[in-house]
Amino acid sequence: MDVAQHDLLIVGGGLAGIRAAIAAAQEGVSVGIISKVYPMRSHTVSAEGGAAAVVRADLGDSTDLHAFDTVKGSDFIADQDVVEYLVNEAPKEVIQMEHWGCPWSREPDGTVSVRAFGGMSINRTVFAADKTGFHMLHTIFQHSLRFDRIVRYDEHFVTKLLVDDGACRGVVAFDLRTGEFRAFSAKATILATGGCGRLWAFTTNGFINTGDGLALAYRAGAPISDMEFPQYHPTGLPGTGILITEAARGEGGYLLNKGGDRFLSQYVPTRMELGPRDIISRSMITEFEEGRGVPGRYGDYMLLDLRHLGEERINSKLPFVRELAENYVGIDPVREPIPVRPVVHYMMGGVRTNIDGATSLPGLYACGESAQVGLNGANRLGSNSLTECLVFGARTGKIAAQRARETPDGALHALEAQAADDDRATKKRFFEDDTGTERIGLVRGDLQQVMENYVGVFRTGEGLSAARQEIRQLQERFRRVRLDDKSSVFNTELMGALELENMLELAESVVVPALLREESRGSQARRDFPNRDDQRFLGHSLISRTPDGPRVEWQEAVITKWEPEERKY
Amino acid sequence: MAERTIGLSVTRFRPGEDRQPVSQTFTIPYHDDWVVLDALQYIKDRHDGSLSFRWSCHMGVCGSCGMMVNGVPKLTCAAFLRDYFPNEVRVEPLANFPVIRDLVVDIDDFMHKLAEVKPYIIRDDLETAPVGFGHEFRQAPEEVDDYRQFSMCINCMLCYSACPVYGMEPRFLGPAAIALAHRYNMDSRDQGRNERMPVIGSSEGIWECTYIGECSVVCPKNVDPASAIQRTKLATTNDWFRSILMPWGKR
Ligand SMILES: Cc1cc2nc3c(=O)[nH]c(=O)nc-3n(C[C@H](O)[C@H](O)[C@H](O)COP(=O)(O)OP(=O)(O)OC[C@H]3O[C@@H](n4cnc5c(N)ncnc54)[C@H](O)[C@@H]3O)c2cc1C
Ligand code: SF4
Ligand code: FES
Repeated sequence: MDVAQHDLLIVGGGLAGIRAAIAAAQEGVSVGIISKVYPMRSHTVSAEGGAAAVVRADLGDSTDLHAFDTVKGSDFIADQDVVEYLVNEAPKEVIQMEHWGCPWSREPDGTVSVRAFGGMSINRTVFAADKTGFHMLHTIFQHSLRFDRIVRYDEHFVTKLLVDDGACRGVVAFDLRTGEFRAFSAKATILATGGCGRLWAFTTNGFINTGDGLALAYRAGAPISDMEFPQYHPTGLPGTGILITEAARGEGGYLLNKGGDRFLSQYVPTRMELGPRDIISRSMITEFEEGRGVPGRYGDYMLLDLRHLGEERINSKLPFVRELAENYVGIDPVREPIPVRPVVHYMMGGVRTNIDGATSLPGLYACGESAQVGLNGANRLGSNSLTECLVFGARTGKIAAQRARETPDGALHALEAQAADDDRATKKRFFEDDTGTERIGLVRGDLQQVMENYVGVFRTGEGLSAARQEIRQLQERFRRVRLDDKSSVFNTELMGALELENMLELAESVVVPALLREESRGSQARRDFPNRDDQRFLGHSLISRTPDGPRVEWQEAVITKWEPEERKY
Repeated sequence: MAERTIGLSVTRFRPGEDRQPVSQTFTIPYHDDWVVLDALQYIKDRHDGSLSFRWSCHMGVCGSCGMMVNGVPKLTCAAFLRDYFPNEVRVEPLANFPVIRDLVVDIDDFMHKLAEVKPYIIRDDLETAPVGFGHEFRQAPEEVDDYRQFSMCINCMLCYSACPVYGMEPRFLGPAAIALAHRYNMDSRDQGRNERMPVIGSSEGIWECTYIGECSVVCPKNVDPASAIQRTKLATTNDWFRSILMPWGKR
């Protein structure tokens, strides 16, 4: 087995991973990007609405305002030093993307346009029509092609972090094309593997969003954090979960209940459709429970009405929304309101890092949605995460590169041996043992249903305990899974099994802190603990893996300027 | 009521096992809101876990899931079963590409060609220009319109699959790579046209493209690569004449 060697390895070719790679290449180190799909297929591609940054200070915006909106949106557990860093760097990063070719939507005078977004008190979301993530990802991926120092390993699946002498020294990955396992050695490794929305059945996330990086870090002993906070987006298409971007409301769309009322006046009167996602999603479920939803094939829904915006505005600002609604629910938003319901969308939690992206395991870093750097707290504001990928991608890439430069080469034979072990063990488990009876597709489906049933917008202690039991049973069932496919070339079933194993591990890491956090804050709404409890929970969960399951500790949020107050809009 | 079903005949090719592709038929429940991709996933989950294909976003934007559906290149996450029901649906790997396995094709060739056409902004002050509030390279909305359409390419490869020239001459840069080169050539922020044109002008096949336009017909994002090719050909001809009169200079 030969070992691939780089100064720095980045797992993930989405916006965060590539931004980190470019920053590192500019530091002069050699970079390897490993991605289980071609980079331009990464889920960043599906982001629609925009990226927040104070690029129009001329319109009355300020970084302090952006920071406060973010802190308040987080329900006061964002780390405020991290927030301040983000808002200061965001304008540079967003304009840097412009220089690299991103087709931002523009004003007649050639400056970049900004639009309204939920929880942002002023228009500050930069956008490229409603295909922002698509344009950002293709722009940055294409820009990365000019760097010879960046080497890509596309369609390689990372199975393990290599830890030697208390530090991360690279990864093990197999090449989907050949099935060959290989050790990748590096002096620093960055996880940029995106979110884990696929833990749930009804989600806006792509098939690849299985949280692999979180599971890799967790198993290697680096704690993950704030996993009790998945974000529900208010407007997914019933059935498929395809996202209708918040920009639809940013451009002026209304949310109506069965009676045609803009029901948000009862819940977020000052912000209405532009309230934060956690509150709007809760309001929708409450309306459903009180019989004011429109009944449908996939449960109740609400109506997103864009008709008053007119065809021209819809075509210029929201063409993708029109395309998606027409294709997937047969509705032309110019003429009819779009059916929508709350849908799992984003993971606030991730691998716990400091402001440099460093995890507690030396040599291991994380950025983007797979990291919990402290920006999002209990509820991320829409359009902050593309910005997070840029700002913390760049910082983490630079800092990890500096570490790589200062770290001497390590011995390779130990890494090689670990990779060979992982290869043997994986094949033994999935190819040689043929006694199992479970199918991964069915175990996965059942897991997603459990999460849907018990870990939704509203939760109870009882439900969460039941979820934990059922997840344990599913983990048991997973031990008896049998693969149909025992071949080596493009074995997507093996990849699916390893992803499912990660998902089963993470599901428990979501449920346990949700159970222990006996309060309601941001996206966690406990019916049995309806109030926020700053005495006990003004901070992050830190979740470590033990033989008996997740162990949770609590870490105080960093407060610099803004003391917690009641969160009202 | 008896459950309605639909048949899918799917091309299988297992390297090392099959000498050539064979087709296998599955009968599965019919849902009027399912796309072909949902059907494939159903088969993989319930019937045969060894069926291999690529997909991710399920919303027509990641470009992973292109296949031939009844002989036509399609995004399978946007091809509804109801458009074929009650007839059987034939699913094959994208034409004109080597098959890795089942419905998975090898797109390395495109990935190399993409890099060759330098699909990024080239300009002298890229490293030195200040960034941050007020420092954008200004571009009027009309200037964005000049290249916007060509920036919509999701690299799904449907156009290569439909292109008769690529089928005959694999060295042809092909519709998407040329459309992306054209995208940057048309961008008012870019100064790299003269670096790109030689790659495109000397490319095999571009002169064989006779504006058949199959690529634009199958393109799911209305990129219209055929028009990019024609416009590039015109520009290349002009450049060629100019190059006889004067060396490559700034435009
Ligand atoms: C539909 C949708 C719309 C959104 N809209 C917006 C928006 O308007 N504004 C906003 O700010 N945010 C938005 N978001 C959120 C935002 O898009 C994401 O948080 C962000 O793009 C994540 O980027 P990333 O680089 O961290 O990860 P991703 O883009 O998800 O990339 C993850 C990478 O990791 C790789 N990977 C994962 N596991 C492995 C493994 N085991 N081995 C090898 N490689 C692996 C993958 O191949 C991929 O390259 C949206 C999200 C969704 C789902
Ligand atoms: S030009 Fe159209 S068909 Fe061709 S790869 Fe791009 S999006 Fe697909
Ligand atoms: S799955 Fe992404 S385009 Fe079809």
